[in-house]
Amino acid sequence: MPDTPDIADRRDAVCVIGAGASGLAAIKNLREHGFEVDCYERETSVGGAWNWRHDRSPVSAGTHLISSRPLTEFPDFPMPDTWPDYPGHQQVLSYLERYSAHFGLERDVWFGTEVVSVEPVGDGRWDVTTQSTGGGSSRVQRYAGVVVANGHNWSPSRPEIPGDFRGQVIHSAQYKDPTQLRGRKVLVIGGGNTGCDIAVEAAQQASSVWHSTRRGYWYAPKYVFGRPADQVNDRLLALRLPLRLRQWLYRRVLALTTGDLTRYGLPVPDHQPYESHPIVNSQLPFYLGHGRITPVPDVTGFDGASAVLADGRRVEPDLVITATGYRPRFEFLAPELLGTAEDGRPDLHLHAFARQHPTLAVVGLVQADFGLFPLAHWQSVAVARWLRLRVTDPERAAAVQQKESTRPVAGWSRRRVVPTARHWFEVDHADYLRAVEGLLREMEPTA
Amino acid sequence: MRSELLRFADWTDPVPAAAREVVSLTEDARDDLPPLLFVPGLGHGAWAFAEHWLPRAAERGFAAHALTPRPGGDLRAQVHDVVQVAASLPRQVVLVGHGAGALVTAYAMGRYPARAAVLAAPVMDGWPTLWAALRTNPVGTLPALFGGRLRLNRKQLFGPGMPAEQAQPWLDRIVARPRRELVTHDPAPRPVGDPPVLVVGSPDDRIVPRTSLDRIAALYGGAPLLFPGMGHDLMLDVTWSEPIEAVLDWLAKELSEQ
Repeated sequence: MPDTPDIADRRDAVCVIGAGASGLAAIKNLREHGFEVDCYERETSVGGAWNWRHDRSPVSAGTHLISSRPLTEFPDFPMPDTWPDYPGHQQVLSYLERYSAHFGLERDVWFGTEVVSVEPVGDGRWDVTTQSTGGGSSRVQRYAGVVVANGHNWSPSRPEIPGDFRGQVIHSAQYKDPTQLRGRKVLVIGGGNTGCDIAVEAAQQASSVWHSTRRGYWYAPKYVFGRPADQVNDRLLALRLPLRLRQWLYRRVLALTTGDLTRYGLPVPDHQPYESHPIVNSQLPFYLGHGRITPVPDVTGFDGASAVLADGRRVEPDLVITATGYRPRFEFLAPELLGTAEDGRPDLHLHAFARQHPTLAVVGLVQADFGLFPLAHWQSVAVARWLRLRVTDPERAAAVQQKESTRPVAGWSRRRVVPTARHWFEVDHADYLRAVEGLLREMEPTA
Repeated sequence: MRSELLRFADWTDPVPAAAREVVSLTEDARDDLPPLLFVPGLGHGAWAFAEHWLPRAAERGFAAHALTPRPGGDLRAQVHDVVQVAASLPRQVVLVGHGAGALVTAYAMGRYPARAAVLAAPVMDGWPTLWAALRTNPVGTLPALFGGRLRLNRKQLFGPGMPAEQAQPWLDRIVARPRRELVTHDPAPRPVGDPPVLVVGSPDDRIVPRTSLDRIAALYGGAPLLFPGMGHDLMLDVTWSEPIEAVLDWLAKELSEQ
């Protein structure tokens, strides 16, 4: 940087926080739009949540994709077509490492560096304070924009269960390997994809397994009609079938494939299909049918060696695994910057753009019936194009902002969902991508 | 308007994996130069580049790869093959497509942010190309309109300096069965990542008319680089070294500017 009086001023450069899948996509797309990028990563390698070496990685030995390969790969860097429909976590990590190496992204990443605070300094610019992960002196640099890609699956949300428990309680984030289950009596709490995956692994390893869920869910199989289920579902979306008809078909297909799970003691779902995050697990019904998993209701308390259930029954596990998910955390940002409510829910346009701060965006903070990487890719393309437009054509940028502020939330966010924190960022990928495409078209370069 | 974000065809009916022949010369590759991926046109394979251009590019320090897309694949499958091979290479790739392979390359640029791209004698204007072929080689072209084989002749592929006995083995090797979409395809998508694009060709090409070269070059914001006297097969014709040297010089200049 020649002729820069203030060494900390990075002028037009953009700061990216995190070098996981979303951060890498942000670096690449910002660069393609002509920005200099500094990315800060607290770990010493790329891959974020998918890198099992990282402290905060939630993956366990048996983690595989829930969405199939074509719906999960970056749209401009496909996974090898010889890979399986549902690659495992090590393949996903190697994919992200190759993505990073292919586009030379690590050149712009400062590893082992944590972002301590991000503060607006007016004029749309930001002061970013960083510190090496091991401690040490901090450093402040000024950027023209900040893209937050710190992930949302690393800060465990632990349920508060009253009472004392003599056995061991861990969060699913601490579950790494099936040997942790071998020969033990295991209670898995949580009916999400992680809870179901762990219940299945427990069924294969543990001496007895209870699976506690608060409500009934629609357990979709990974394959229907010999194809990955999400690919079949997208056929319906491509035909633009109305939601009601898709819900009816969903129930019919589940009735014909998974069948009636209330037979095993699971409650009837209290919501329609597409009103909760999809749960995809072919093996859970199998092990229910083999009596290896005993479904139980909510856990209301602990009492010595036993866990007390909502229906008054008691079970006596050695190990309780709470697969109760994660909460987004942005300690380095004042809550009002993201419009974060008391309960910790940020309010962002398209789950990406800060409403009051046009040069602040979050990438990858979205939950869909789809892979995250393509969504993070298009979010970061939109962010990069937006930041570029602000520089090249402020008038048009103002017009785009005006128009976007009138975009109805119902057009991109799934409104009818089970009202839990799990579904704060739930979107339908087709609607969501249509909305992002609308925004991209408004910002289309005029060349 | 076709959506670039909603790719239902790829999501619901992904192109299946297939064997792809890739010829690579990487021993003398320099670290600071991007790999090149050559994409052959109709009836040609990686062999057409392996004759001259691949070794020449390797000599100049590029990791040089040439691909033979799956036999019988449609445009979508061929684009898939190019993007798959490009993404499998360790670094961002420069795509070099020739003939109908330039069309495949142009489509692939909509799916993969190439470092740069070269369209050599690009067959991207279906109708003018078909018309030119019918005029210069009606007997060889007509059967292809009815699903038969396209027989390209020496006049179409090579300049007058090419000896017949040298051309014949290559002509025998070219087995072309063009698909209808070579003429009826949609315009190529906007390239992602805004790569620099160079169009090269010959004003004496009997397959790609000069107007076509100008139009395609203008699409990518430039003018074509012309090599008078050469036929369509720039990489096999007697003066094959001129276009490849020019392409590599252009590339070196573009890379140093970025």
